[in-house]
This record gives sequence, structure tokens and C-alpha cells, in this order.
Amino acid sequence: MIRYDILKTIAPILKERLVVCNIGSPSQELYQLLDQPSNFYMFGTMGLCSSIGLGVALVQDQPVIAIDGDGSVLTNLATLSTIANNPADNFILLIVDNGSYGSTGDQPTYAGMATSLTEVARACGCRNVVECSAEETAAELEKALSSGKMTIIISKCQPGNVNVSVIDDDPVNIASRFSNSIKELNS
Amino acid sequence: MPTPTDKAILDSLVRNKIGFITSVPCKQLAGVIELVDNHEEIYHIPSNKEDEGMGLCTGAYLGGTRSAIIMQNTALGVAINSLVTLIQYYHIPLPMLISYRGEVGEKVACQVEMAIHTKPLLQQLNIPYFHFTKAEQVNGLDGILQHSQMCKKPIAILADASFWSSAS
Ligand SMILES: Cc1ncc(C[n+]2csc(CCOP(=O)(O)OP(=O)(O)O)c2C)c(N)n1
Ligand SMILES: [Mg+2]
Repeated sequence: MIRYDILKTIAPILKERLVVCNIGSPSQELYQLLDQPSNFYMFGTMGLCSSIGLGVALVQDQPVIAIDGDGSVLTNLATLSTIANNPADNFILLIVDNGSYGSTGDQPTYAGMATSLTEVARACGCRNVVECSAEETAAELEKALSSGKMTIIISKCQPGNVNVSVIDDDPVNIASRFSNSIKELNS
Repeated sequence: MPTPTDKAILDSLVRNKIGFITSVPCKQLAGVIELVDNHEEIYHIPSNKEDEGMGLCTGAYLGGTRSAIIMQNTALGVAINSLVTLIQYYHIPLPMLISYRGEVGEKVACQVEMAIHTKPLLQQLNIPYFHFTKAEQVNGLDGILQHSQMCKKPIAILADASFWSSAS
């Protein structure tokens, strides 16, 4: 399974939930599979998906799922220490770990070599860290949501992207519809 | 020990409903950071790097809470991509309380290197900035914080060594 297959299996779970999605192919694929106002797509700023997701989770009560990538987590690795030390039980970080910089042509990352993001997350002090296969991801995500505990899921999958087009929407609209969804969900 | 000027900064942040603040320390910012950390209406979340902090602030703002970052001017070098492709691109208001190291009164020569680039970088990035050289300028902070929310832009408050040394 590749990233797209994971997104496809979790799309029904993501429906009407707050989702912050990683730059490039992950956002483009999610946009094609399940575009909704409560999705926040990153158009740039590789690395900050988990930080944005944590920020949202800390200031309101609805569950927030940040769909990040191994390359992006590696580039902002200290985010795992910030997450561990500012636990928000409505926060789920799902790291799609395809061992590659997918969007840019699947160049290998260190997460596919000697470095285990699972071990790094634990060493940073994160409590509920789950490593699973692509196939198990939907079930683990459901479990994390019903546990009511902040959870980091590292989903190991194959590198590869599908052919989807870029997101034809403007960032200010994406931000404001996301913000409005948060207000509605909390009211 | 926080000074009355540090307290005036805190009061302005609270009056302007800034409820989420991230910081990376600087000696000159120690007093403000201490006050922010102890204030119950503010969620203070130290970040490891200022670009990470800008991600956190973006999330908090989208979640409905006004946010701000406290950092040193050297952080501009770290955060340019985040300022441009996140804060400016998505129209996020972000007040940045910046210790302007490397101005007259500086003791660490290396700080001058980034001080030289601070204003030119902000100009190049179209980021409004306000240079604080005297403690009484803190009275302008309310207006600056409102301005940032109004125009949904990052704004920089550059507080230099003269500002902090005139603080009582
Ligand atoms: C500062 C910076 N460097 C490089 C890039 C190019 N870039 C965009 S997405 C990406 C790969 C991200 O990989 P990962 O987070 O693992 O996501 P994947 O596509 O593999 O799911 C890279 C290198 C960028 N956008 N910004
Ligand atoms: Mg990857």
C-alpha cells in the first residue's frame, strides 16, 4: 500500500473532522479523495503540519488529526518534544512513513534507513506511540479517536504517489473555511 | 526580575486578548517571558525553533485564539520561509515581539551581524516594523497589536538595547 491507499481507507473516518494535511502530494491526494471545509491543506512550509495541528488542538476541544510525512517530521524533528510536553488529548499525529520524500520524487529519507521515528517519538517523551502497517492504519486511527488520548501513529507504507492535479483553491479561503468549521463544530 | 516595562508589555498582550504565545528566549526577553509563563489567561508554549513557533501560532489562530511570538532578531533568518509561505500566504495576524540585538549598547559582536540585516529583511518581506528605543514607547503597543489583527499581517516590534536599559 502507498500513501494514497491509506488516505482512501481513512477517508470515511476523516469525514467532518478537523484535518491538517502535509504539503504536496498528501494534500493533493486528500483533496481529490475527500475535500471538505474542515481540511487545512498546506501549500508550502514543509515541516509545520504537526505544529499547526497541535496549535489547533490546544485552543479548542474538537479532535484534530494532523496527517504528516516522515520527511517533514524529520525536518522539524523537535516538534515531537513540543508535542510530548504539551499534551492535547484531542490531538492525533498520523505520520505516513513511506521512507521517502514522496512529493519530490521519492528520494529516500533517513526514516527508511537507520532512524526510527517511533523510537524518536518515545525518546521525546510521547506517551501513546503506535507503529503500524498501512493496512492497520484505519483501525489504529479509530482506536486513537475513541481512546481520548493524544496519540502518535506511525504508519509504515510503500513509497509512491498517484497522478492528481494541484489544489485549485486559494489559501485565504482554505484558512477561513477551516476556521469557520472549527467554530461550527464547537458550537 | 521583570521590570514595570515587562509588566506593561504583558498587560497590553492580555488587554488585546492574545491567549497563545510561543517563545524562544533572549536575555533581554527573560522578564516578559517569565510573566507570560505565569499568566493564567495565556497559554505559553516554548518552541525549539521560531519556524516551529509560527506553525503553532497559525494553528492557535485558526482555532480561534489570538497568538504571538517572542523571539530574537536572529530568528528572522530561521523563519523567513514560514513568514512568507504560511503567515503571509494564509493571512495570519502575528505580532512578533523581537529583541533587537546588535544595536548600540550590544556586548556580543556576533549579534551585530544579524542586526545589520534586520530592517532590510523586514522591508524586503513587506513586514511592518516598529523600532522601540525608549521605555515609554510601550504605550504604543496596544495600537500595534490591534493593527496586526486588523490587517491580518505579521508585524515586528524591534525592542533594542536602549529600550531595555531605559526600562524601569
Ligand atoms: C524548505 C523546503 N525544502 C524542500 C521542499 C520540497 N518538498 C516538498 S514536499 C517534500 C517531501 C516531503 O516528504 P514527506 O513529508 O515524507 O511527505 P510524502 O510526500 O513522502 O508523503 C519536499 C522535500 C520544500 N517544500 N520546502
Ligand atoms: Mg514521506
